[in-house]
Amino acid sequence: MNQHILSILYIIASVLFIIGLKMMGNAKTARKGNLLSAAGMILAIAGTILLHEGEVGNIVYVLILLAIIIGTIIGWTTARRVQMTKIPELVSMFNGMGGACAALISLIEFQHLFPFDHVPPGGSQGHSGTLICIISGLVIGSVSFAGSIIAFFKLNGVLDKPVRLPRYNYINLLILSVVAGISILLFYSASPITIYALLAIALLYGVMLVLPIGGADMPVVISLLNSFTGVAAAFGGFLYDNHVMLTGGILVGSAGTLLTVVMCKAMNRPIMQVIFGAFGTTASGS
Amino acid sequence: MEQIGNFLALLGENEQMLYFVILSIFVGIEVIGGVPTILHTPLMSGANAIHGVVIVGAIFVMLNTAANDYLSLTLGFFAVLLGTLNVVGGFVVTDRMLEMFKKK
Repeated sequence: MNQHILSILYIIASVLFIIGLKMMGNAKTARKGNLLSAAGMILAIAGTILLHEGEVGNIVYVLILLAIIIGTIIGWTTARRVQMTKIPELVSMFNGMGGACAALISLIEFQHLFPFDHVPPGGSQGHSGTLICIISGLVIGSVSFAGSIIAFFKLNGVLDKPVRLPRYNYINLLILSVVAGISILLFYSASPITIYALLAIALLYGVMLVLPIGGADMPVVISLLNSFTGVAAAFGGFLYDNHVMLTGGILVGSAGTLLTVVMCKAMNRPIMQVIFGAFGTTASGS
Repeated sequence: MEQIGNFLALLGENEQMLYFVILSIFVGIEVIGGVPTILHTPLMSGANAIHGVVIVGAIFVMLNTAANDYLSLTLGFFAVLLGTLNVVGGFVVTDRMLEMFKKK
């Protein structure tokens, strides 16, 4: 019974996300659209907690509520108090938090599947679908988190100059191939050390991806990382067969990607040049 | 060869999900079409709040964690906390941007 009500709540929430996002594309209805999406989010969160079936320890409920209360107070006050000019960096920070959340989910789920003390016989056999979701969520979430934090510091003025290592595009390509290599390794031997190594190298890639990009291009980068987090959330949806996470995640993933392209066009900057910018011109530029 | 077979089987088993994903991608593209330039930043911020739906996964993983699995509980606590920051902060900051918009 509860399960069916939850499914219907998820459908309503998904519809509210879509309508809300559509209304945000028009100056007259934008504010109402944002509130509609927020209402959808409250439905999805409240339903997930209240309609859960099965034994749950009291401490779990206490921790969930505590986390939500602390998060709401911090999120609300910072968003309300921050100066208007500092809003873009705040958006970047919140985006990073979502990415970190997706990465943490993957880590916990990995530990549920392959606990520290005993690796189940047969290793990762029969878990390949789950592993794909865990690895993708972890990598994309961590890249989005690390990238967003760097973007935050760039807009903040802490890292005001683009940092360009010589041949940084090749270095990044190398790091990305290490990410791919460790991911493939996980399918053969799923050990906790491997997953934490993957986490570390994915975080490094996120840092290295955003570090060379100049402050003026940050809005485009944040938009791109925003769609990354959307995709990471969608992989969480795959993992739990949870449709509201899938709709929300994919919606932001595709809308965010298109928005990135549109923003680049509006700024008259080709997207490839933003991301792989000073290809071969290490010393010149800004 | 066996690996490819396994992969195809995985895709086949999740056929409905894949349809779902493809249609959602088109919805996302459709929704953004023809947005005026001034609305780009609020729209990005609004979308940022919506992907905070990842918190549902964080809550779900917490609800399925044993009460004595302290490592998972700690990680899960932070996952829910960060997810809440994403959701609440995202929606509130978008509302602030759009509020300013109206006054103009």
